[in-house]
Amino acid sequence: MDAPPIIVVGNGISGVTFARHFRKNSTKPLLIISKETPYFFSRTALMYVYMGHLRWEDTQPYERNFWKKNKLDLLQGTVTHINPKEKKITLSDESILSYDSLVIATGSLPNKFGWPGENLTGVQGFYSKQDLDSLEDFSATTNEAVIVGGGLIGVELAEMLHSRGKKVTFLVRENSFWNNVLPKGESELINQHLLKHGIDLRLSTNLSEIIEDKTGRVKAIRTDSGEIISCQFVGLTAGVKPNIDFLKNTDIATNRGILVNKYLETNQTSIYAIGDCSEQQEPQVGRRPIEAVWYTGRMMGETLAQTLTGNKKAYRPGHWFNSAKFFDIEYQTYGLVAAQTENFEKHFHWKHPIENVAITIAYDQNTKQFLGINTFGIRMRHELFDQMLYEKKSIFYVIEQLANCNFDPEFFESFEEEILQKFNKEFNTEIKLKKKSWKVIFKNIMP
Amino acid sequence: MNMKLLQKIGLGVFLIGLGLFCTLILLGNYKLNSKEFKSILDAKGIHSELFINSINTNLVDKEFTEPFSFSSTIITAVEESNKIHKKNREWKKIIWEKPHSLSFEIAKIAAKGAVKENKSLFWLLTFGLGILGSLLYILPNVIVLGPPGIKNNGIYFNSSTNRGFLGWFVFLFLVAFYVLLYFFPDYIVNWTFIVDPISQSISGNLASQWFLYGFLYCVVMIVMAIRMYIKYRNNKYQILRTTSVLFFQVVFAFLIPEILVRFDKPWYDFKNAFPLDYDFFFSWNLNSLISSGGFGLFILVWGIVLTLVIVPIMVYFFGKRWYCSWVCGCGGLAETLGDPFRHLSNKSIGAWKLERWMVHSVLLFSIVMTGLTLYSYFSGTQNVIGIKTQTIQNIYGFLIGSVFAGVIGTGFYPIFGNRVWCRFGCPLAAYLGLIQRFKSRYRITTNGGQCISCGNCSTYCEMGIDVRAYAQKGQNIVRSSCVGCGVCSAVCPRGVLKLENGPLENRIFSPEFPLGNTIK
Repeated sequence: MDAPPIIVVGNGISGVTFARHFRKNSTKPLLIISKETPYFFSRTALMYVYMGHLRWEDTQPYERNFWKKNKLDLLQGTVTHINPKEKKITLSDESILSYDSLVIATGSLPNKFGWPGENLTGVQGFYSKQDLDSLEDFSATTNEAVIVGGGLIGVELAEMLHSRGKKVTFLVRENSFWNNVLPKGESELINQHLLKHGIDLRLSTNLSEIIEDKTGRVKAIRTDSGEIISCQFVGLTAGVKPNIDFLKNTDIATNRGILVNKYLETNQTSIYAIGDCSEQQEPQVGRRPIEAVWYTGRMMGETLAQTLTGNKKAYRPGHWFNSAKFFDIEYQTYGLVAAQTENFEKHFHWKHPIENVAITIAYDQNTKQFLGINTFGIRMRHELFDQMLYEKKSIFYVIEQLANCNFDPEFFESFEEEILQKFNKEFNTEIKLKKKSWKVIFKNIMP
Repeated sequence: MNMKLLQKIGLGVFLIGLGLFCTLILLGNYKLNSKEFKSILDAKGIHSELFINSINTNLVDKEFTEPFSFSSTIITAVEESNKIHKKNREWKKIIWEKPHSLSFEIAKIAAKGAVKENKSLFWLLTFGLGILGSLLYILPNVIVLGPPGIKNNGIYFNSSTNRGFLGWFVFLFLVAFYVLLYFFPDYIVNWTFIVDPISQSISGNLASQWFLYGFLYCVVMIVMAIRMYIKYRNNKYQILRTTSVLFFQVVFAFLIPEILVRFDKPWYDFKNAFPLDYDFFFSWNLNSLISSGGFGLFILVWGIVLTLVIVPIMVYFFGKRWYCSWVCGCGGLAETLGDPFRHLSNKSIGAWKLERWMVHSVLLFSIVMTGLTLYSYFSGTQNVIGIKTQTIQNIYGFLIGSVFAGVIGTGFYPIFGNRVWCRFGCPLAAYLGLIQRFKSRYRITTNGGQCISCGNCSTYCEMGIDVRAYAQKGQNIVRSSCVGCGVCSAVCPRGVLKLENGPLENRIFSPEFPLGNTIK
């Protein structure tokens, strides 16, 4: 009889990254089980399929024979139960599989907050391939759509529906878009951009009720101010939560997510959890216990693959970074920039008078240490910022290095001089830009 | 004003212009009188009495109402007389000129009717309406497409850009056009009449099918460049690049060579480097250059220096993009007319393998052919180790020069994407690619760990490079085929890719993990 395989539940970025790196260092059998799709796809690309930029197959980074060639077995099925004592899992077709180690990487589910009508036809979140398919089904009969929840998925869904000619009303609980993450000026920039694209942005507005027509389909929503907005589709995008309901009757310890230590181990031997579904019991300083982003999922996969191939490693993500795109405005962030300045953290903010270009640099007002940067409409180099964060450089140093940091395509207009001028004025300094230097830029590139 | 309505009107006007253009082939009639025939015989130095009799009997003073039977009468006369002369070993009487080229020249004289008599009017009704319609369709996109940004909405829903029936229709149309242009120019003699006035004003000559093609090429590129300016108005790299290819096409590939002809100099495109310019070393070209005095010698030296010195040095500093997507005419058409089809290139590992075999085979073929050609030229022999140099040149000219570069290269835009020729067939691209891969400062830098594997870069890579496969591992993209169009960088939603020229050291590297993870 063959030795039981490593079983990975979930074929998203976490599970598949784990599998790839595991295979680099081990020949043990490995099986990936997914309920959602037979092959790994990039979740972040789903929006582009709906918008007609990509085909579904373009979202799959690996060719079909990649899996066979690397002896990564795939199975489409739903895990219904886990028995840690016998090291067995049960699938929905009642088959039982033994595992050597079990890696849970089941990702997230869209939040629902018990709104009246949240389970009507035409009401859904946007997260999975199934969500994409049902959105496509509703699309033909949708002229007006309402999106509830002003985060990254919400703005993407707004762009998607808008691209297909739907009238989009966007309900945002906060008084400015994503202002629990973005500082005021930047959040305002996005508000304006959404309006310019013709999105009916409703700030400080909550959903009270989703109203049903005779067939059980949504026909309108009511806001907390009592306004009725006609719609044939409602997108619920008020965040996501770990997808762990199937673990209810097991001994695996959970809180909001599956509780793991820094080695990504659950409370059960040989069972691990990575990615969106996991919750760090002791997160690193400055980090949240659940970070449902692509990059952390990938890093957890990389880390656990080391541990399970005999090289035990703790999960140690480096400096925070992230990126997004709000219609036409690209956003990147390196390090930590708080939405509101408090305590020692202060911000330097610059915005172009007309264009959708802005940056915010966070620094320690006592030591002038650089803490993080948000950029809008300017691309910046990850390596350089990562390095400056490790080396605890000052904000003055960062400003000097702006030309080296720029990652915009060649010939793009650069704004370093304008930024510098404003900075020198505000800080009463006479900093000069350092000339672009390949030596500085590529100092940290791995050989 | 309703912009979408304006676009529909534009499309209608364009289709009317295109329809008229196609109909031109069937207009008018063809009648050659004996005086005209005599002048052709004198100009061509034709001595075959069999051919002369056949034409006198079957063609002279007879009226043909369409070009096809007119052409076939001439072709039959040429083929049958040649057959007999070959049998009788009467080499001097054989007509060596391609039958359809000879037929073209006869038809150019023999054609009568509305088109030939109203050249400018028909120009306006075809080119004029076509240009007007296209602009009416393209210009409203400034408003229709919304604020500046990436404009790829609905590309895979549109049957002209997703290999739907419109795509196949365009494919058939383009293939038919190239087959007529390369192999049956005598059928399209009416098309050449409408550009006669323009040709005469530049070179002083009546338009050949190649002048027609050159002019059409420029018009199509200008119109589609305007589309590029609107589509990529958020991206200065794209705008400059488009302007550059447009400039080199219109000035270097079209105007300068025609003006040279006006001054009795050889027709020469100064930017067309060997081995893309595959017949540069053919004996007829060398003889023509050498016989045109100092200027001809200058061209000869320039052509050699361009290929052996300028091209490699420029590729070292900037990558092959300086040529392929900033200067080259084939690239120019691909980046303008071809832009709507760029996503149709095949990204599979299998296609990449096929590409390397094919493009390097063509490079080898062109070098071997040129070697034989030069050997023949200097030794004066027709045969090298039992192979006739002329035969090799003919095979190359037909398979690579006409079928691959023309019919497949452009005709297949709507099916295999806009760079089929550049990727699988261009010997110059293969040569530039080798330098780019092994000795160049150019690379596409991947921005640390920011890639989200969405696949926009790979999808919109016209060369079929799976850009994502590198970016998601945090590796730079260094590939011989990359023409540096910059669209991967443009469509990336997370700012992950940047085309740049930097130090050779660590240009290619492979991190164990993309940036962000600190496990060691």
